[in-house]
Amino acid sequence: MTTELLDRQRPAAGTLFRFATAGSVDDGKSTLVGRLLHDSKAILADQLESVARTSADRGFGGDQGGLDLALLTDGLRAEREQGITIDVAYRYFATDRRTFILADCPGHVQYTRNTVTGASTADAVVVLVDARKGVLEQTRRHLSVVALLRVPHVVVAVNKIDLVGYAEDVFARIEADVRRVAGELGLHDAVSIPVSALAGDNLVERSVHTPWYAGPTLLDLLETLPTTDDKPATAFRFPVQLVLRPQGALAPGLDVGAFRDYRAYAGQIVAGTVRVGDAVTVQTPGQVPRTTTVAGIDAAGRELDEASAPHSVSLRLVDEFDVARGDLIGAAGTLPAPSAELAASLCWLAPRPLRPGTKVLVKHGTATVRALVSAVVGRLDLDTFEAGPAAELELNDIGRASLRLAAPLPLEPYAVHRRTGAFLLIDPQDGSTLAAGMIRNGAEQ
Amino acid sequence: MTLIHASDAAAPVRERLGVLDTLEAESIHVIREVVAEFERPAMLFSGGKDSVVMLHLAAKAFWPGRVPFPVLHVDTGHNFPEVLEFRDRTVERLGLRLIVGSVQEYIDRGELQERADGTRNPLQTTPLLDTIGAHRFDAVFGGGRRDEDKARAKERILSLRDEFGQWDPRNQRPELWNLYNGRHTVGQHVRAFPISNWTELDIWRYIAREGIELPSIYYAHSREVFRRDGMWRAVGEFSRPGPGEEVAVRTVRYRTVGDMSCTGAVLSGACTVDDVVREVAASTLTERGATRADDRISEAAMEDRKKDGYF
Ligand SMILES: Nc1nc2c(ncn2[C@@H]2O[C@H](COP(=O)(O)OP(=O)(O)O)[C@@H](O)[C@H]2O)c(=O)[nH]1
Repeated sequence: MTTELLDRQRPAAGTLFRFATAGSVDDGKSTLVGRLLHDSKAILADQLESVARTSADRGFGGDQGGLDLALLTDGLRAEREQGITIDVAYRYFATDRRTFILADCPGHVQYTRNTVTGASTADAVVVLVDARKGVLEQTRRHLSVVALLRVPHVVVAVNKIDLVGYAEDVFARIEADVRRVAGELGLHDAVSIPVSALAGDNLVERSVHTPWYAGPTLLDLLETLPTTDDKPATAFRFPVQLVLRPQGALAPGLDVGAFRDYRAYAGQIVAGTVRVGDAVTVQTPGQVPRTTTVAGIDAAGRELDEASAPHSVSLRLVDEFDVARGDLIGAAGTLPAPSAELAASLCWLAPRPLRPGTKVLVKHGTATVRALVSAVVGRLDLDTFEAGPAAELELNDIGRASLRLAAPLPLEPYAVHRRTGAFLLIDPQDGSTLAAGMIRNGAEQ
Repeated sequence: MTLIHASDAAAPVRERLGVLDTLEAESIHVIREVVAEFERPAMLFSGGKDSVVMLHLAAKAFWPGRVPFPVLHVDTGHNFPEVLEFRDRTVERLGLRLIVGSVQEYIDRGELQERADGTRNPLQTTPLLDTIGAHRFDAVFGGGRRDEDKARAKERILSLRDEFGQWDPRNQRPELWNLYNGRHTVGQHVRAFPISNWTELDIWRYIAREGIELPSIYYAHSREVFRRDGMWRAVGEFSRPGPGEEVAVRTVRYRTVGDMSCTGAVLSGACTVDDVVREVAASTLTERGATRADDRISEAAMEDRKKDGYF
């Protein structure tokens, strides 16, 4: 049953690809993830031994025995005892082309919370569908979350294709349904693949049972999908994390004289590219934007001519004005005008509902500002995709709201960039994360 | 009104940074976020390879400044002398303050009991939590990686601990995009895991690329060992062969460095970092499975320790 095609050894030069899985309970998600890990040799002998022992104890596969690969992704004790998955788990595997970070998102209770979490950083989401059941409400929900979070790629794994006798027409029907539903959501490049997680068909190796299927295997696709959510034309964006001014606390061995006047702004480039000599605008919340020039780009003692997302660097600026954490630096003239009125889509993740008048904290980039919910604008019916009026948002609801910010921020639509367009709502009292927010200011209505 | 946008047609693509550069950028981002948002951070530093890489990343994050927080080590009293020597040298080289919590002192005072199996790793929790409390640290960096263990796979990058230092895996904050919510109330603290997404192989490749120095026991050396629980144990003051356990001299190295009483060596001829990278890439055992007796106690050993406040 093992395929020996892949080698755990991988080149250091590959790229990182993040994807998430989503599916309803029993669609075979654990088995599929287990098989991807197993067939890509991410599972080592001692882990396999433990899976083999437990599989045998539980009588998996009857007399023929076998490995219950779903056990590989068993996590916490409560999960093993109850046979369910409670929380997002992260898995790692690599092929000779790519290194993968997999956010394994359980599909039942809290599915929105989990799927939103996994999808927020994902380059792709793999949605599981049971070939016997086809596209269900749950599938529609998962796809709508993927669309809302603007995950660049979606793959639908039509699983348990062995249980429908590898029938081409069953797959064709589901594929057509997927295309229609995904199309309604604007997911025009959704790809469907007929797979059996249990038997391994079309996951890593092309199946002999589906001669009618000419497309890629799941792993082929994951290895070749474009890896960036960053459009090359996206303007440079750099939220300032902190100011590096090491006078008096210089790292040992450095020349005090050379760094006497050193001052740089540390952060991670979230979009675009910056070059020495570029004109940039600094936006401090609540202040008039200021424009200056990049004097230098430092990466821990290395001076760079240019740097791109997602590099963590330090920027030196020609003009010495006051720049602090919470400020946003962007390519000159490209930052949106600051606004105190925030229009947003929200995934509400807290047990207590969101109502107008609620006081919250908005965490956007490195800025955190107080805000008041002025109105709940609507709630999305995840089954019909219709947006209806709503007075409040409850746990796992997706909706729209408007908020009034204590200080104006440069609000950029999530549709333009997933990083600068995202924010969190935080409870100022107990500090819990209340919602995943996506800015709609400036987006088409 | 529609809430969903059409996704953009496939735009031309620019490949991202390489794997190690991307991981490094993410870790530096996390370390800087914690330093910016917390008042009293500290970093766990044992001299083990993961904490060495984490500290290296911290030094890069604040260059040309000094690492702006103290490092913390919970000494079991059974540490390898080579590792303690390395620890002290590193702290000195970077100009840091080292705070040591001592398991031995707790045992001497009768506040902790030696375990029947002689393993001291699980005993580190109390001194750790007491040290965090005594210094009022509100954020503690740990070098945990999600690929190490099932329970760690579910750990957040910023993970809230209650007044008793406990982890509640069923009630974790969702972690969205790269926006980390470090809010906490009095008495709570946060554990930050900046190298969550690194695998063992990534760590070694990075050590090779950056030329990072490690304690000598990570590389092949000749040592007196005996066989216990399917692992090679060093003969030393704190780890003596029992009846029927024969002592032999072997060429070994360590994949993890913990307490001498529970950390096993692997037979290896890997003398250089490149040898180790090759060996780890070809390995068929996980590092904990191969070398840590404390994780063999039960399926949920790590989960239970983490819930109580372990690293
Ligand atoms: N025949 C068949 N059974 C499958 C397949 N994938 C999963 N299963 C079985 O379906 C059941 C649910 O699978 P599991 O992976 O636990 O589902 P999860 O709840 O989505 O994680 C288990 O009994 C699996 O063995 C498949 O491709 N074919």
